[in-house]
Amino acid sequence: MDGQRTAVKLSARNVRVHYWRERSDEPLLALDGVTLDVHEGEFVSIVGPSGCGKTTFLNALDGLLPISSGSLVIDGRPVTGPGRDRAMVFQQPSLLPWRSVLGNVMYGMELERQLSRREMRERAREHIRLVGLEGFEDAYPLELSGGMQQRVNLARALATDPVMLLLDEPFAALDAQTREFMQLELLRIWRQTRKTAIFITHDIKEAIYLADRVVVFTARPGRVKEEIDVDLARPRELRIKRDPRFLAYEDRVWTLIEEEGTMARAAAR
Amino acid sequence: MSTRTPQGEVAFEVAATAEPEAQPALRRPRSRVASFEPWLIGVASVVVFLVAWQLVAMARVVPELFLPGPTDIVTALVAYVTSSEFAIDAATSGQELAIGYGLAIVVGLPLGLLMGWYRRLQYVLDPFISFFYSTPRIALLPLLIIWFGIGIWSKVAVIFLGAFFPIAINTFAGVRSLDATLLKAARSFGASDAQIFRTIALPGSVPFILTGLRLGVGHALIGVVVGELVAAQHGVGLAMSTAGSTFQTAKVFAALIIIAGAGVILQILLQRLERRFDAWRPR
Repeated sequence: MDGQRTAVKLSARNVRVHYWRERSDEPLLALDGVTLDVHEGEFVSIVGPSGCGKTTFLNALDGLLPISSGSLVIDGRPVTGPGRDRAMVFQQPSLLPWRSVLGNVMYGMELERQLSRREMRERAREHIRLVGLEGFEDAYPLELSGGMQQRVNLARALATDPVMLLLDEPFAALDAQTREFMQLELLRIWRQTRKTAIFITHDIKEAIYLADRVVVFTARPGRVKEEIDVDLARPRELRIKRDPRFLAYEDRVWTLIEEEGTMARAAAR
Repeated sequence: MSTRTPQGEVAFEVAATAEPEAQPALRRPRSRVASFEPWLIGVASVVVFLVAWQLVAMARVVPELFLPGPTDIVTALVAYVTSSEFAIDAATSGQELAIGYGLAIVVGLPLGLLMGWYRRLQYVLDPFISFFYSTPRIALLPLLIIWFGIGIWSKVAVIFLGAFFPIAINTFAGVRSLDATLLKAARSFGASDAQIFRTIALPGSVPFILTGLRLGVGHALIGVVVGELVAAQHGVGLAMSTAGSTFQTAKVFAALIIIAGAGVILQILLQRLERRFDAWRPR
């Protein structure tokens, strides 16, 4: 974050989320009072021990999951369901296999029904270029590599012009090298679009490398354990991951997560 | 710097996708002649079989009444096809098939879609479908003849019943097998139920529907032949049964060839249709 904080885009106050599991009479408490502010144009990563409810939080933000109590406000409006102000990039590419890259990038816009077909096609082409897939407009998803499919996934979300981009471990299924390149690519794209972004990940290096701020969740039920401002200059190159300051951040986040892991294990005993 | 590496990655991925055969070939690539090999061997095998059959028939090891040779069958086929009887038979059987199979599509496809989409409708129809699907539909012929007579309509009915179930059940299964990740993505973009049906359920069930159509053709042909064997006024199946009971064995074979040919042609047409909808599947 460079200097002054901008306007608050997302304001979560004491968000609690329960959900019902199959073959269970009791609801599971996934999130227990998450309070978090995200500012305009900010890139926030959320990390936490497995099963801490980070994805649940993102689904609630996207309006796919109702919250039990607290408040979740985006741009002054409480979240009541999916909306055009948010777009999700999923862990699985979730592309329609029978549609070309162009058709898939148009799909999000098509569902939101705001633009004419011509405008949608134009915007789609623009975003295909932005994610570096020019020339692949007519290819089908199954002809693409995992990394390229995730680029389409990203383009589909960006093309709907959301206020906030929600990314749910989008690189988790990619191999290590592709993953690093995609992180670099995401930062380049983010610099060009300046969307407010919330990025969920298991990968601590990835969280720090991408974000202005890393939010660490506690073990389930999830709460915000700590927020760490990442004060590393942008644009960041991949080699910053070997910088001593980067490693210090990594060490701090690791320590926090390890604490949670130990406590969760102790509680389970 | 920040743009060079990602482009490098794209180039790398392009190279990887440009070659459809990712694994290194263990065998030498086939020569042009060798690529015809399966076809050549297939044809040769049929030719050898026919020649052997012809030799056996000419040697008259078995009387012609039991086993006419290929040339006898061709003669009978030509005689039958050029007769005025054939025009009526083919028109009758063709009509039965077209109406019965057509109705099965017109009714089975939408019903399968609706059953897949509305769970309650599935509960309503399930007992009937289970009953009919586990009954050999041919067993209903006596009933159908009482209801519809020995004209084309009893055959239309049995063909319809034969083709309807595979079409409806497969379509239903297609709608039911929606990909949950696609559904979640669509919901996230605020998709309505109608949009989900049109953009995910419908295209997603196409492969299932085509399987249903292909199975339906088989059942429909059984309906034509068996229906006409039991009771009919005209038709290729009837001609076959009459030829059989009057010991015109070569003509029985001739009718069999016509029916098999119709089946093969329909399957080829459906395969074409399948390929058209399957363009997105990498080969």
